[in-house]
Amino acid sequence: MSGPVFMSFPVTATSHTLAEYRARGGYVALERALREMTPAQVGAQAKASGLQGRGGAGFQTGLKWEFVSKDAPVVYLCCNIDEGEPGTFKDRWILEHSPHQLLEGMLFAAYALRVRHAFAYIRGEFDLPLRRLQGALDEARAAGLLGENICGSGFSCDIVLHRGAGAYVCGEESSLINSLEGKKGFPRNKPPFPAVRGLYQKPTVVNNVETLATVPWIMTHGAAAYAEMGIKKTPGTRLFGVSGHVEQPGLFERPTGYPLAQLIMQDAGGILGGRKLKAVIPGGSSTPILTAAEIEGLTLDPESMTRAGSMVGSGAVIVIAEGTCMVRLLQVLSRFYAHESCGQCTPCREGTDWMNRILERIVAGQGTAADLATLRRLPTGIMGNTVCALGDAASMPVVSFIKKFGHEFEHFVTHGRSLHDGRLAP
Amino acid sequence: MSAAFTPALLVRFDALRSQYPPEMKTSLVLPLLHCVQDEQGFVTEADAVRIAEYIGMPAIQVVEALTWYTMFDREPQGRYVIKVCRNIACSLRGSENVLAHLQQKLGIGVGETTADGRFTLKTVECLASCGTAPAMQVNRTYHEQLDAAKLDRILESLP
Repeated sequence: MSGPVFMSFPVTATSHTLAEYRARGGYVALERALREMTPAQVGAQAKASGLQGRGGAGFQTGLKWEFVSKDAPVVYLCCNIDEGEPGTFKDRWILEHSPHQLLEGMLFAAYALRVRHAFAYIRGEFDLPLRRLQGALDEARAAGLLGENICGSGFSCDIVLHRGAGAYVCGEESSLINSLEGKKGFPRNKPPFPAVRGLYQKPTVVNNVETLATVPWIMTHGAAAYAEMGIKKTPGTRLFGVSGHVEQPGLFERPTGYPLAQLIMQDAGGILGGRKLKAVIPGGSSTPILTAAEIEGLTLDPESMTRAGSMVGSGAVIVIAEGTCMVRLLQVLSRFYAHESCGQCTPCREGTDWMNRILERIVAGQGTAADLATLRRLPTGIMGNTVCALGDAASMPVVSFIKKFGHEFEHFVTHGRSLHDGRLAP
Repeated sequence: MSAAFTPALLVRFDALRSQYPPEMKTSLVLPLLHCVQDEQGFVTEADAVRIAEYIGMPAIQVVEALTWYTMFDREPQGRYVIKVCRNIACSLRGSENVLAHLQQKLGIGVGETTADGRFTLKTVECLASCGTAPAMQVNRTYHEQLDAAKLDRILESLP
């Protein structure tokens, strides 16, 4: 137990059930809101809380809802459960241990936006999270919390569980919408934004799991109480996932503005095997890497991270110990982005593959100084030249790894081998 | 050309169709492709064409989805498909050792199936198991915090 919004109960074999969620006070706020509040009042609470999207982009949730026309006859809601940003494993925890918290949050959003049909787009690989969410939907339906005339309020909403099929890019909201329409997951040009023209050209809101699952807490304890937690500009708590070379990897609910070094060195037990810290990727694999010296004094909020040249992203902190080969580690990432580029935009499709082939050549000991020069140049042709952010996401690690660990890349192309022993795991 | 869909499969198709509003019929593409793969273990192009006929939409769009999404297999797979994550967090916690151990133990490379048709070995990208890395899936089931001894136990426990 480590936080008020999510990790407030002991995880047991039954803590995901409706009975236990109700015992924790679940659905009380929803039943009250459906009785006493208008949709606009629910939306106003979400906005007043200052809650921001937890998928990575950090857009204001209440504002996103407000963009939807009040006169639209049909509005769709999609919960984005395509959790796939490397380093991120928080949404999965919510589905496995508190799926009703997500459902209640979705119902609040659906009520505020007057949504009749909502969708839970879940990545195709998920097994237990899928079963837990399906179980929760069945329980909620049987209890009259889902479907026609919820709790006798006259409000009706169904939630369809929709499985993806293995595509990182479908976590991008317009790509998710295309995927939900049965198409390839190509991202769409914006504007128009989904709030104007989304699923089947109807106004659509796409929100992350953690974002929606926070709403019941706000509606139970009040927007003001939520706004008081963490940093004023970006309030609340977040589920930070710590992975990589730490003694105790795991998930920690902490207020925004929490010290990054404390999360790594104390909460996650410090660096594996007593080694020294080399670098941290602070917000999922797409965010620029920081050196051990750079994380001193940093806090987990957008302002602090921006000053350091990185981002909070999805709250996924990937820790790298001294002795790790940064060239081989970057190639792991470049392979991933080349694999996941959807193929729509030429700069990303060709560029990610090109960067990966160069890095493959370098780690095979066959790279040249010219390869390294090309690798430095390629991101400038990709970034800002694509429909979605995947091209930027693929480029940022390349730029930041070479900027901060350039001597390792130079050593590799000069000597044909790693400056370290080349291993990634201890 | 595989045989037409079985009546049992069509019952499952109808159940899926009833979940979506009628104006959203093309949303059935992924659910039906999953349904066929769960039943047969793989999905052929002919299956995709028949799914399109069932939905009432252009076949090319279903074929496109079949070939674009990485979770759909177009050929028969081993009875147990092992998918080893090789992304960053798993790499930092030893996924290269996991893969090497499985290759040695099964005597096959990545993308191959054992001669007895029992195992197919694949690599995948992030499974969202970064806090419990290294991880792999055997068919749908997640296995996490892997080491050589645990891998041996998992392989031996499979019926």
